[in-house]
Amino acid sequence: MVEIEIDGHTYQVREGASLLPTCLELGLRLPYFCWHPALGSVGACRQCAVVQYKDAEDVRGRLVMACMTPVRQGLRIGLEHPEAERFRASIIECLMTNHPHDCPVCEEGGECHLQDMTVMTGHVRRRYRGFKRTHRNQHLGPFINHEMNRCIACYRCLRFYRDYAGGTDLQVFSSGHRVYFGRHRDGPLENEFSGNLVEVCPTGVFTDRTFSAHYARKWDQEYAPGICPHCAVGCNLSLGARAGVVRRVINRFHPKINGHFLCDRGRFGYDAVNDRLVRPRFEGETGVSGAALDILRGWRKEGPLIGIGSPRASLESNYALQRLVGKENFHLSPTASDRQLLDRVLALLMRPEVRVPAPLECEECDAILVLGEDVTQTAPRVALALRQAVQRHARDRAEALGGQPWQAGVVKQTDIGLRHPLFLVVPHATHLDSVAHYCHYAPIGEMARLGFEIARAVEKGADGHVTPASDIAATLLKAERPLIVCGTSCRCPELLEAAESVAMALARRRGSAVDLLCIVPECNSLGVALLGGGTLEQALEKVERGEVNGIIVLEDDLYQRASASRLDNALNRLDRLAVIDAWNHRTAQRAKLFLPAAPWSESVGTWVNLELRAQRSFAVQPPQGSSRAAWRWIDAAGAGEWPDLEALFDDLLQDYPQLRPIQALTPDPSGPVPRQPHRFSGRTALNAPRQMHEPKPPPDPDSPLVYSMEGLPFHLQPPELQPFYWQPGWDSHSGALNANPRQADRGVRLVDSMGPGDWPIGISATESPGGEKTGRYRRGYWQVVPRYHIFGSEFISARAPAIVQRTPGPYVALGPEDVVKLGLRSGALLRVHWDDEELVLPLIVEHGLSPGVAALPWGLVPWFPADGEIGLQPLEKGE
Amino acid sequence: METKPLTGRFREDGRAVSLKEYHAAGGYDGLMMALSMHPDNVQKRVQDARLRGRGGAGFPTGLKWSFVPRTPGDKYFIVNADEMEPGTFKDRELMERDPHQVIEGAAIGAYAIGAHTAYIFIRGEYRYAEKCLQQALDEAYLQGILGKRVMGRDYALDIHLHLSGGRYICGEETALLNALEGKRPIPRAKPPFPQVAGLFGQPTVVNNLETVCNLPHIMRLGPEWYLSLSRCEDGGTKLYGVSGPVNRPGLWELQLGTTAREILEIQAGGMRPGHELRAFQPGGASTDFLLPEHLDVPLDFDSVMAVGSRLGTGCLIVLDRQTCPVKMVLNLETFFARESCGWCTPCRDGLPYTETVLRDLVAGRGCHEDLELLQEMIQWMAPGNTFCALAPGAMAPLQSALRYFREDFERYAGKGDG
Repeated sequence: MVEIEIDGHTYQVREGASLLPTCLELGLRLPYFCWHPALGSVGACRQCAVVQYKDAEDVRGRLVMACMTPVRQGLRIGLEHPEAERFRASIIECLMTNHPHDCPVCEEGGECHLQDMTVMTGHVRRRYRGFKRTHRNQHLGPFINHEMNRCIACYRCLRFYRDYAGGTDLQVFSSGHRVYFGRHRDGPLENEFSGNLVEVCPTGVFTDRTFSAHYARKWDQEYAPGICPHCAVGCNLSLGARAGVVRRVINRFHPKINGHFLCDRGRFGYDAVNDRLVRPRFEGETGVSGAALDILRGWRKEGPLIGIGSPRASLESNYALQRLVGKENFHLSPTASDRQLLDRVLALLMRPEVRVPAPLECEECDAILVLGEDVTQTAPRVALALRQAVQRHARDRAEALGGQPWQAGVVKQTDIGLRHPLFLVVPHATHLDSVAHYCHYAPIGEMARLGFEIARAVEKGADGHVTPASDIAATLLKAERPLIVCGTSCRCPELLEAAESVAMALARRRGSAVDLLCIVPECNSLGVALLGGGTLEQALEKVERGEVNGIIVLEDDLYQRASASRLDNALNRLDRLAVIDAWNHRTAQRAKLFLPAAPWSESVGTWVNLELRAQRSFAVQPPQGSSRAAWRWIDAAGAGEWPDLEALFDDLLQDYPQLRPIQALTPDPSGPVPRQPHRFSGRTALNAPRQMHEPKPPPDPDSPLVYSMEGLPFHLQPPELQPFYWQPGWDSHSGALNANPRQADRGVRLVDSMGPGDWPIGISATESPGGEKTGRYRRGYWQVVPRYHIFGSEFISARAPAIVQRTPGPYVALGPEDVVKLGLRSGALLRVHWDDEELVLPLIVEHGLSPGVAALPWGLVPWFPADGEIGLQPLEKGE
Repeated sequence: METKPLTGRFREDGRAVSLKEYHAAGGYDGLMMALSMHPDNVQKRVQDARLRGRGGAGFPTGLKWSFVPRTPGDKYFIVNADEMEPGTFKDRELMERDPHQVIEGAAIGAYAIGAHTAYIFIRGEYRYAEKCLQQALDEAYLQGILGKRVMGRDYALDIHLHLSGGRYICGEETALLNALEGKRPIPRAKPPFPQVAGLFGQPTVVNNLETVCNLPHIMRLGPEWYLSLSRCEDGGTKLYGVSGPVNRPGLWELQLGTTAREILEIQAGGMRPGHELRAFQPGGASTDFLLPEHLDVPLDFDSVMAVGSRLGTGCLIVLDRQTCPVKMVLNLETFFARESCGWCTPCRDGLPYTETVLRDLVAGRGCHEDLELLQEMIQWMAPGNTFCALAPGAMAPLQSALRYFREDFERYAGKGDG
């Protein structure tokens, strides 16, 4: 810590940091544009000018840019110096020569950093009499609007999109005040993180297109702190809603998980909750809640029911179902082989030799081995972190040359292309390939074999560097903090085993724990694995044996878990099939009784992410229509007597004492936390056509959040409950966050408290998963690997209209060698069959896919046995 | 002893000096001598000669070189021939008429800092200069002057020509580096300076072409001779040029520190009949105006600085009484506004704003407030307030015009008031 002086006051601050964030953290109002906490300083906008005095005697001082000035002992600064204030106002005056006066119709209005800065600098009188330059806007796809006339050329969009996220299809064109930020021509922004432009842009150039479709002003929405349900990373986000419609998702800063950025699936997948089933259904007829519940209660009396829990439902809902049907009749939707994978993951993560990094901690690692996982598609935010880890090398060099790590311009100009090594062992080309040191494309079995080979080479202490395995091993051994990323997406236990043996070998050689992150498929995959329960097959067998003839399925489509023939065979025997879910799907269509579940946006729930961090997500609006939180339906059907979520939660912890640390998730604020900004308007006008009195806010017994603007002021809200960011003078989301950065870690990492034996393992381990693999495939048959798509492979987000527009159609992919051998071209139609499924699919040529291996898009074609085989017959040659 | 080392070999017919002719006149002797010395001694010789950069900033060349780390590794030597300063045409002459002098200078510079790769970054429109240089380079390679063994010595050097994509900002040394790397030509943050981390992140020296052309002669004839050439503390001759309504616009190699009066009246033959000198810019469009009272100021770096301008490129632009200074400034600001790279706000949006205000004034739409506004703008774009020197350079003619030709501005300013 050093002492600096600002406007005559002394402050203790951190040495070496940039002066701009230092001022912001002190609560001082210093305007800026081009600086961003994650993107660093470049000194382009010149907005954060302050007067710096040479020494204690200097009275004149000179203008410097705070963002470019490192904090040193004795630094003397004049923030309120008239010359600095005049200069900062002049920057706004310059920017306003071209910025249109369209605030009233601009979607950024009211949460615009440019508006805030304009007010902050005090520039109020326009002197410019000339014309404004105008641009032609582009169509950038379903996610992002483009309004270039508003651009103030801070370059943050490019610095995020290109330098940080690795995008290539956004660039700046032309020069001078004609600079144009766009694509080379109209078309969707291809990068998986394009949505962050909405928040990175300090004004209304890039705005959320899905939000436009049901726009409401920032202050007219209610907000809630949520956890993204679209993958296992568990990014923190804020939901905005008004009048029964979820309007948008914005990032909620978490220092260890998502930082300042979300992926596009997390940001735009929310819209699925606005188009769903909100009425109970019985035998195809829409019904009312009471009658539906009577039916379910009646079914319970008729005989035992099987409950099938789901990895996309909360711990609470799964537990409620377990209580309703009894532990012996509680199953989980993953099949035996998928459950075995999850159990193996749990065992792996809890090994003392393994350290599970939080997603953002991956950025600190200096050598990375990815084994069998297309991270960009299966855990996108982690892929973004890996990209930063690799690029850190450039930062080290800038520092060695006397630069500061936060001087992004210096880092870039001194970058000589050196990267921390990233090794990808994957079934096909991925979007991380461009920053990888080495990509090894191989069939699933061979990936595992290479993994074991690396482990052996690590064990031996690898010298000679003659094979890829020994080269990778040597690099991992050399690294200060190596990281292994594996996952379940190939559905291959040997791959996990291989990752484990690499980690064990490294840990032994290093004498300390090794970072290992394992990507699991769903938002609560590890949570339900901790609860335990029978497998899907066991449930189906009970039905087939006639032991039970009633099933309650919780928030899941079983047809995405197992083959249709197998499911049909069992479900056809059922008298009673109830589905509690928010969306229609193949299982729901077969259900005799359908109960509408409140989705994640309308219920409170706890999820356990891929690092075994339990987090709670809160409702942004009351359940719509007749929908209720799934656990409430189950409770009403007779599971327990739970007046609110806490009562249920207490029972859960009673039954699972090893989960007790998550008790800490129960919020305990000193008062209610308002979902509404204090400028929320139209409380009566919303209902004015029907009635003119102000309705009583709906209750929310499950959380301290209230549907009101009354409650704890902003600074007293606990960070885990803070629904949105706002600070006096800082109306923009990012500006408010930066003005008061709350760095508190949130959530409960169970991995730090649990150990082997703390979860009910063994149910699935007794079963042999799937059929025996011969390793040799019949003529006309291909080994199939699942190909994951950020847009389309996940159940909920795949139902959001904007995501649908970016989802590829069904296809079958082959490697270039096979395509040539078969004499086919891209687009050729093939008859594809497995089990009882038979489809005609167009061919895609997938770079890196090995001969004899075909890929099918997960979630976009009916369920198929991953790592099994499919038959292919060409129907035509293609274009 | 030679008094016009840079232009002394120029052919009467304007064609480029051939390798044979260059050799005959002592060409490449300087390089030969440099190669026989330790690079540090080459640097020392240039420091002793007090050679200052001829691109405009006047930074001591030897000192600039001394910042290059002595550690082994890739280094680059770059000759800045992106001569885009309006009114300036000195480097062009040197390239078109004595290209081997450029190559020899570049080789000496590269050797002095331990670079094995050099680039000559040429203004995009200078196609003929490029052709001359390319021809000379081909000859040099053929004769073993360049390549794996420079002049048969144990030193390898490749020189590449790069024709600029064509923007004023490319002449800014760090923007030039970005341009050469194939990136957008925007200036870079300093520190680290290019000498430490420049082209492709490696130690790099960027020297103006005229500066480089001095090197062979300093090597060959020594610092004392070089110092004796000039009339001031700094050594050497300087190419001075004159454009505007004079009798003989042109370019001459004269002693550094020659007065403007000698250049205008003797070399350029005085003002054309009917034209009276009102002011002049001493070194290109981005230097402050000087008045007839400054005619006897020696045109060297320090003397010009002392009277509130800069020597710049040493190419004078003459303003006569028939030409409206406000319109001239508008013309200049139009150029600078167009050439802003678009990186920092004051330059990108401030210069077009300046242009708009001047255009309104000239069109009779101005008001008295505009003069205050222009005065403010000069502050907005003062040195240090912008990312690089482009905008402060653009403000130089405006601020001196407002000082010296206030009445002209006021005449316009009144027009739009009513």
